[in-house]
Amino acid sequence: MSKPQHTPGDVRSKSLVDYLNDENVRAVLYQIIAIGLIILAGWYLVSNTLYNLEQQNISTGYGFLDLEASFEISESMIEYSAQSDYATALMVGLLNTVKVSVLGIVLCTIIGTIFGVARLSSNWIVRKLATVYVETFRNIPVLLQLFFWYALIPGAFPHPRDALEPLPGVLLTSRGMYMPVPVADNAYTLMGVAAIIALVAIYFIRKWAVKRQDATGQTFPMLLVGLGIFVGLVFLAYLAGGAPTEMSMPELKGFNIRGGYNISPEFMAVLIGLTVYTSTYVAEVVRSGIQAVPNGQWEAADSLGIKRSVALRKVILPQSMRVAIPPLTNQYLNLTKNSSLAVAVGYPDLVSVSNTTMNQTGQAIEAISIFMSIYLGLSLLTSLFMNWFNKKMALVER
Amino acid sequence: MKIKTILAAGAMTVAAVAAQNAQAGAVLDGVKAKGFVQCGVNTGLPGFSAANAEGKWEGIDVDVCRAIAAAVLGDANSVQYTPLTAAQRFTALQSGEIDILSRNTTATTTRDAKLGLTFVGINYYDGQGFLIPKALGVNSATELDGATVCVEPGTTTELNLADYFRAKGMSFEPVVIENINEATAAFFSGRCDVYTTDASGLASIRTTMAENPDDYVILPEIISKEPLGPVVAQGDEQWADISRWALTAMVEAEEFGVTMANVDDMKANSTNPGIQRLLGVSPGMGEALGLDEEWAYRIVKNVGNYGESYEKNVTAKLGLERGLNALWTDGGLQYAWPVR
Repeated sequence: MSKPQHTPGDVRSKSLVDYLNDENVRAVLYQIIAIGLIILAGWYLVSNTLYNLEQQNISTGYGFLDLEASFEISESMIEYSAQSDYATALMVGLLNTVKVSVLGIVLCTIIGTIFGVARLSSNWIVRKLATVYVETFRNIPVLLQLFFWYALIPGAFPHPRDALEPLPGVLLTSRGMYMPVPVADNAYTLMGVAAIIALVAIYFIRKWAVKRQDATGQTFPMLLVGLGIFVGLVFLAYLAGGAPTEMSMPELKGFNIRGGYNISPEFMAVLIGLTVYTSTYVAEVVRSGIQAVPNGQWEAADSLGIKRSVALRKVILPQSMRVAIPPLTNQYLNLTKNSSLAVAVGYPDLVSVSNTTMNQTGQAIEAISIFMSIYLGLSLLTSLFMNWFNKKMALVER
Repeated sequence: MKIKTILAAGAMTVAAVAAQNAQAGAVLDGVKAKGFVQCGVNTGLPGFSAANAEGKWEGIDVDVCRAIAAAVLGDANSVQYTPLTAAQRFTALQSGEIDILSRNTTATTTRDAKLGLTFVGINYYDGQGFLIPKALGVNSATELDGATVCVEPGTTTELNLADYFRAKGMSFEPVVIENINEATAAFFSGRCDVYTTDASGLASIRTTMAENPDDYVILPEIISKEPLGPVVAQGDEQWADISRWALTAMVEAEEFGVTMANVDDMKANSTNPGIQRLLGVSPGMGEALGLDEEWAYRIVKNVGNYGESYEKNVTAKLGLERGLNALWTDGGLQYAWPVR
């Protein structure tokens, strides 16, 4: 917005009407009025709501977060019991949402890419199978798919007493999948540290290898060396930690299977449902991305004698990424937001816990405001990350 | 529940709360203007509130709404029903979406004092129990250590469950599903060892939803007090009074022996001053409530007294005896405040 302009020849003093007719003045004035109206409307809603809540004797405020929650949550990544406060309960819900979203994003990207590439395969059967997969799961509402998986999983497997044991120690039951996990030991912390060191080392070696290839054209067997470093270091750490072998085995005790690691049917239903549904969209994004790369790129790679599989990986996919990343971001956001449907099948995600909190405390507006801002925050974080990634992948002009 | 419903409920709370100022008489005027009572009920709990084969709502909770409609509008059928899950119910009432919530709801301090609600009476005295498959061979709730328990979220049941297991030093794994149909399906598919809710609800689930009711048994322990009753929003005392006395009139009628069949005869011939006051032969009660004098007569005529409603809905459908819900004169807890 620039200041009102006065032409040098304008000697007549301006009246109010002239001012209002001035384009620049008007532009500013209307914006001020618009903002004023929005603030007024917001203020009206907030103050009226507070007034009426008070009139109806409904208590307000976020003080309830410190009160004891007194309800149990079935799965939690942090320490939680009925004695914990509501804030901890909401944290448990948030972490469960993040867990299923992150795993879902990773899995749907992998599966989606495979099916996206498969849809362009020259093999008729592969191509048609991929098409059937995409068209089927893309066109059934995701909530119904969740119900489907949730009806299937407890229904298809036996009661814990007659659990299926496809692999030693791995149990399949109507209460989910159980598998053995190592009993906590210092050696595992050590292995974690070793893994991080290995990843850092691999990062630098790769940097050096790329530089050398750019300069001399010599290739470097990065995959083999990287794997070697990673596995070697982690294994060394395991030996250094005393090579513990004690495992927690899942076993039937009383009503349920105790010990081992349990993947609940609720979690499986949500993860499978979201992954399958979103992967179909990812497949379409990947397919359109590949098709957006001009055919000349394939031909150029061909004429240089590059194998088709290498050309796909080194020439086509990197270029298609530029087209694919923005719509991919949308799909990741959709997956995160769709995870709120988990409440329908009893997975204790953020919405489920907020819902219970809202009901036990009666603080509907507060609870909704909390989970709405958390979803907003999660989505903005995902967007920020993907925007950064998009910039990194964008065409660098040389 | 779907996030959209919650958001809509939230938006409605804001909008409706913002738009309507609570004031005495507002609900009654609103009900008269629209010509029906908007009644929040359970999504489907036979005996309490459930739609029958013809799509008509019936149950002991439904009868409370019908009684109010009969008293206020003269026609017990002038009721529109809003089926609500446990988690949706209070928001619906606070936002003014419904006029009264009659949905097997436990009266507690928090709900009465912090949520802006008024409990107008108790139409069913209940307690929480456990339903298990007979095949488990469990005879007592104290043997449930380590069990997986299906429970509806946002209920007092969910809290009592945690309290009970904590007090007994036992552990359990909850499976929390909001929609009662999904929750019971999970139980019957073997996802949970135990289903817990109020004993009446368990009887309802066992007799109406189990493939073979004899395969399931309700454990003897009752672990809580659950006084269930209709609720209205705070701020409209007249509406709270009408609701309270409509329920009371049903119990009072049973105490006096006034039934759907003999109410006309009683009205014409009874010399009992209590019955004359109740049925409006000696005037005053209707005026006190802001209604006409035949309000209680219409309730009994159209809906029946409390005992008739209980017999028709709870005993006939669920096979539950009166128990705690017998009249005080028969050793139960139902004791009507005198209509005078």
